[in-house]
Amino acid sequence: MIDRRLVFLGALALACMVAFMTIGLRGNLGFVLSLRAIKLIALIEVGIAIAVSTVVFQTVTANRILTPSIMGIDALYLFAQILLVFLLGGLAYTSLDAKLKFGVEVVALMALSLGLILPMLRTRLDMGFLLLVGVVIGVLFRSLHSLIARVIDPNDFAVAQASSYANFNDINSELLTVASLLTLAALVFVWHARHVLDVVALGRDTAIGLGINWTRTQVACLLLVASLVAVSTALVGPVAFLGLLFVALAERIVTTRRHSILIPAVALVAIIVLVGGQTLFQHLLGNSSTLGVVVEFAGGVVFLILLWRGSRK
Amino acid sequence: MIRIENVSLAFGKTNILKEISVSIPKGGITALIGPNGAGKSSLLGLAARLLPLQAGDISVDNLSVSSTSGKVLAKKIAILRQDNHVGSRLTVRELVGFGRFPHSHGHLTENDHRIIDESLRLFGLTEMSERLLDTLSGGQRQRALVAMAYCQDTDYLLLDEPLNNLDMYFASELMKSLRNIADTRAKTIVIVLHDINYAGSFADRIIAMKDGQVVADGKPADIMTETALGGIYGFNIPVISVGGQPIALPFRR
Repeated sequence: MIDRRLVFLGALALACMVAFMTIGLRGNLGFVLSLRAIKLIALIEVGIAIAVSTVVFQTVTANRILTPSIMGIDALYLFAQILLVFLLGGLAYTSLDAKLKFGVEVVALMALSLGLILPMLRTRLDMGFLLLVGVVIGVLFRSLHSLIARVIDPNDFAVAQASSYANFNDINSELLTVASLLTLAALVFVWHARHVLDVVALGRDTAIGLGINWTRTQVACLLLVASLVAVSTALVGPVAFLGLLFVALAERIVTTRRHSILIPAVALVAIIVLVGGQTLFQHLLGNSSTLGVVVEFAGGVVFLILLWRGSRK
Repeated sequence: MIRIENVSLAFGKTNILKEISVSIPKGGITALIGPNGAGKSSLLGLAARLLPLQAGDISVDNLSVSSTSGKVLAKKIAILRQDNHVGSRLTVRELVGFGRFPHSHGHLTENDHRIIDESLRLFGLTEMSERLLDTLSGGQRQRALVAMAYCQDTDYLLLDEPLNNLDMYFASELMKSLRNIADTRAKTIVIVLHDINYAGSFADRIIAMKDGQVVADGKPADIMTETALGGIYGFNIPVISVGGQPIALPFRR
């Protein structure tokens, strides 16, 4: 039996996709449609990557306010990227095979996030502390990023800078295939592990009591989150509060934290917000550059509301 | 049989457990008593592999807890910890159903539902089975957690202060249910208790701990004496007999 609310979300997401593809079609249909299709796939993929990584991250950290980007994981990604530019030089960097580059960046990000975040989860810090550490990590790596940006050659800087801002218009389509495969693999893995994630959400002791290998699960989930963050950051750049917005909305709609329902719900919500929003701004309001800003603003408001509610409890 | 051999545990320079060796044979209720900080919870935590073993060995039915996979052990031994922060967006039935995870990995079968129903009934939760956990009182939540541990259907059940937050009625109901489970289902129950009168009335054996060591071990009749209790808790506790049942009275001012 499929939840009624999921069917509704699915229909809405489909409507958004159809609207995105069809509104205001002009000129060479084949060309326009293929252009839009690529963008649509990229938007869906980014949405799913952000949404699913946030759900898994929140479950593993037993926390509803943290997201990978609040913990500075995307700052890590950007740092890894500029470090590559710095070490190789802009010319060598741009002439690298995009897929190889992406692969190296993903692996670097996985290693960095395991090295930084796993020890923190081990010591079982409370939420306020984790949040603080996340902010510090974010600032640290953004500062390191801008330090390197100042030191490197201006031409190299231009190469690196192009990738450091969220932009839903200028999606890096070169990586689309490899990113799609990665996202798909992650989705299959998460879906397979949905019941395990439910148990993980009960907390460490209960999960171990029920036979979960806690360390292995934590490591696997963090690796998954890191790869999904890499996908979304590589395609559109860093986003801060998007994941939080998606999960908060989805949770409000399906009123459960069970992963077999929450994961499809949050993926659909992500598609609705990103594809629907892009349709609205690009085809109806004629100003597509602002989607990132507006959605981030909404996400930021949700973040504040969650913090405020949490502090009153 | 749970076999604990030369187990020591230290956090930094603090020795929590000192060379403990004790065996708990299959069947019956064993009560673990002793003052705060005696190491009772740590011992249970080690036996249920929630804490890593530092020295010594613990085995459950000859399966060493340090080398046996969690999946196998989860069908052998269930534990209820003292402080549980479980998510609030769960119904009682969902929570209890998690106890079936080691057997069915999330895909509940007819048999699972039958066991869940039975656990709900056994711990008086049938009427509130569809309520969300955050609408329950502390005592009701505590019973739901015990029901979940029972639902895991393991031979061994470790309960760390399950009487917390329970009123007198439900505390004695819970102890009766546990007694019933131990007698009719051949379960082995190890339970940390602070009210020694519950230990004296319901347990088959009492193990007393103090400062990380076992200081007394025997039948309730041997432990429920003024001298034994005085030695364990360090103050004078009169014991009287009510209908042949020793009752400790630590209430004198």
